[in-house]
Amino acid sequence: MRFFKLKESVNFMSMRIPAMLLSGLLIIGALVSLGVNQLNWGLDFTGGTLIEVGYEKPAQLDQIRTQLEAANFGDAIVQNFGSSEDVLIRLAPRDGVKAQEVGDQVLSTLRASGENVDMRRIEFVGPNVGEELTEQGGLAMLVALICILIYVAMRFEWRFALGSVIALAHDVILTLGLFSILQIEFDLTVLAAVLAVIGYSLNDTIVVSDRIRENFRKMRKGEPVEIINTSLTQTLNRTIITSLTTILVLMALFYKGGALIHGFATALLFGVVIGTYSSIYVASLVALLLGISREDLMPTVVEKEGADLDPLP
Amino acid sequence: MLNKTPLWKYILVLMVVAVCALYASPNLYGEDYAVQISAGRDAVLDLPLVDRVNQELADAGIDKKSIVLENEQILVRLKDDSAQRLANETLAKSLGKDYTVAMNLAPDTPEWLDNLGGTPMKLGLDLRGGVHFLMEVDMNSVITKSLTDMEGDFKTSLREEKIRYSRVSIVGESVHVRFRDQETLDKAEFFLRNRNRDITLVDQGDLILVANMSEQKLSEIRDYAVKQNITIMRNRVNQLGVAEPVIQRQGADRIVVQLPGIQDTARAKEILNATATLEFKMLDQEHDIRDALNGRIPPGSEIVEDQQGVPQLLQKKVMLEGSHIIDANAGVDEYGMPKVSISLDSAGGSKMSLATKGNIGKPMATVFIEYKTTGEKNEKGKLIFVPEREVVSVATIRAQLGSRFEITGLDSPKEARDLSLLLRAGALIAPITIVEERTVGPSLGQENIDLGMQAIIWGFVLVLAFMLFYYKAFGLVANVALAANLVMIVGVMSMIPGATLTLPGMAGIVLTVGMAVDANVLIFERIREELRDSRSPQQAIHHGYDSAFSTILDANITTFIAALILFAIGTGPIKGFSITLMIGIATSMFTAIILTRVIVNGVWGGRRLQKLSI
Repeated sequence: MRFFKLKESVNFMSMRIPAMLLSGLLIIGALVSLGVNQLNWGLDFTGGTLIEVGYEKPAQLDQIRTQLEAANFGDAIVQNFGSSEDVLIRLAPRDGVKAQEVGDQVLSTLRASGENVDMRRIEFVGPNVGEELTEQGGLAMLVALICILIYVAMRFEWRFALGSVIALAHDVILTLGLFSILQIEFDLTVLAAVLAVIGYSLNDTIVVSDRIRENFRKMRKGEPVEIINTSLTQTLNRTIITSLTTILVLMALFYKGGALIHGFATALLFGVVIGTYSSIYVASLVALLLGISREDLMPTVVEKEGADLDPLP
Repeated sequence: MLNKTPLWKYILVLMVVAVCALYASPNLYGEDYAVQISAGRDAVLDLPLVDRVNQELADAGIDKKSIVLENEQILVRLKDDSAQRLANETLAKSLGKDYTVAMNLAPDTPEWLDNLGGTPMKLGLDLRGGVHFLMEVDMNSVITKSLTDMEGDFKTSLREEKIRYSRVSIVGESVHVRFRDQETLDKAEFFLRNRNRDITLVDQGDLILVANMSEQKLSEIRDYAVKQNITIMRNRVNQLGVAEPVIQRQGADRIVVQLPGIQDTARAKEILNATATLEFKMLDQEHDIRDALNGRIPPGSEIVEDQQGVPQLLQKKVMLEGSHIIDANAGVDEYGMPKVSISLDSAGGSKMSLATKGNIGKPMATVFIEYKTTGEKNEKGKLIFVPEREVVSVATIRAQLGSRFEITGLDSPKEARDLSLLLRAGALIAPITIVEERTVGPSLGQENIDLGMQAIIWGFVLVLAFMLFYYKAFGLVANVALAANLVMIVGVMSMIPGATLTLPGMAGIVLTVGMAVDANVLIFERIREELRDSRSPQQAIHHGYDSAFSTILDANITTFIAALILFAIGTGPIKGFSITLMIGIATSMFTAIILTRVIVNGVWGGRRLQKLSI
């Protein structure tokens, strides 16, 4: 079976103006939200203390709040986590040397009422560590983008390299924007997911670019727009199938992987959809707008790949 | 062009998969509840002890699976967790403080596999439960202390040299020495430069000489402070009796301590923060030790046992505390005998010199004091720490000692090494603070494993079903490759000693399952395209694989770059994720391209075909 049985190539590029508008609007929206709402930084970045406890029966959040208030933890944020028996308590970083003992204190406060409270995890992160992480995370993202830019420029051409890096930036900004709009907590695993989105989107972009390059060499006639349309049509089935299998496993992760991995799965689910779109409408479009032409892609030395199909002129 | 594969290639591919499967197999066997016994500083582990442990367990009526002495520890495997708890309590009580008894989960790997080096994957703390600490050494106070030492050292040495200065003071990160005239300044500059090679001296004008520590010296100081702390942490963690602790340096001034399986974090923190100190004391030779042992201990004296348990009568007065020790190193003297060289700070130097002045020819003892917990708690629920004293060396004072001296007359180089380690451990450590702490309860760990496994199984089954449905027979080939890929990831993870499986790592495996089929999708779509262009099935297979290859390679290399950067910059969970991702990329290239090709050639290659089931 096949998803699309296409005889003619689809004219993807006829939609380029709406696509540009859409991407532009989405990016502006994401940036505005990032500026206004900012990200809901997780404990890893802000520092502070996080305590996850398990009760035997559904937990009374109000009662827990009162208990904590009485013990001078008035600033605690108390919420359910995953199930009604599990409770997550968050505390901002506090001054004083004994910051690392806060977790134990909260636990004994909760246990003081005689209830059986199961300690599931305690995380304490000093404020400086968080700041460094934010820097490192940003740095990681930048270094990744630059390295990829260099590799793609070497393997393909600078127009493709720029196109794929713009597509990656597009995906990252939109994913961050989603987290900002929905105010989902942004922690280390989500950062890992965003970097995985880069990996995925890149995978897609490379496959499409590879086909565009091949077709430029193979099809001696045809305008760049036509060639790009043909290439996108040829890779469409593959793009859809891979996205589908990836979305399938991510669904499994989202529904079966537990609350700890929700943010991770959400970022990737969104990122895969956006990444698929961007490989078609951002990467290729940027390369096209930058004026990619056949001469740019002719190998200086005859390369083996693709050459065996059709002898080069 | 009939898509034939040479026999050796079949064998090679099969062997690669088989080896990975072999090393993945230890993960199938579960873990035994175990109790692990290791010896303290003065105790030995030997076969009689194994017999004793056997006897103790039999007396307490505890059934055990096995007991072995290996790798400097005794491992007792037990049937269930209640037997484990009981055995732990019984043995801890009967073996006393000379041994550390800890509960552990020992992999139940069969012996033949164990002999081949097969071990299960290491599980991260989020899957296993336990504590992770990130500690930071306070470098400011380390540097301040070195500056104070330098200040004091300048004062004494200039005075000894009879070079008159008007003031020595610390300004910022340098020491300023003010003189009355230029001539003395020049003389002092010459003298100090020759004496201290690792500082830079600058004549600032206004009769002020500015001394700065060289970059190299500063980095040495920092480095040393961290290493010293690591040594101390190691000693203390041993006291906790944790199986497989991790104590590592991270970055310039941080130390990671990971204690898997520890539940009582409060106790762990207290022990890690406890102190050990050293004291130098004179031996009391005026009184008879036999009288003292019979209960008539002279006032001003005390009895402290040495490492062999022989009592020594010491004066109570402390000549010098261990906090003055800057460094201690084991070495050999000019006769080739083992020795320990000790450096003191300036205050310690003058104290020592004063204390040893009238005691030349008399024996001096080094007492090591460790605060150990008995496991009991006071009414506030805090652990009670009891100082435990022990004479680690007795040496005769040969001359008046200054800030640098040596202890000789040691029995062996090992003794010298042990002593220098103890001296260092007792020295003033740079203050450390816990900057990050993560505790995962055991129930959450198991839950995370279950959730992760479920996600992997669901993701795997969904993809298998889809591929079979969409690509028919070729889909089946891709599914074989996918299964082989999963086995290979687990095998490689088990083979690499540093690789740890974490929850994000499991997410990485799930993601790899989804993305690994991409290579096959690319190839199969190509084959379909070729078939549509009315090529023969054999040609289509050949061209499909050939032209998809460079695309797959490019796509995977770029993803690998992203994963590599993630690995280089990330810590903890991110590292776990990037490791599985990188391994997954490498193994999926193998399974999706080479393995499927071998299978496809084996099934369809070498004969005439009318159509393909794709």
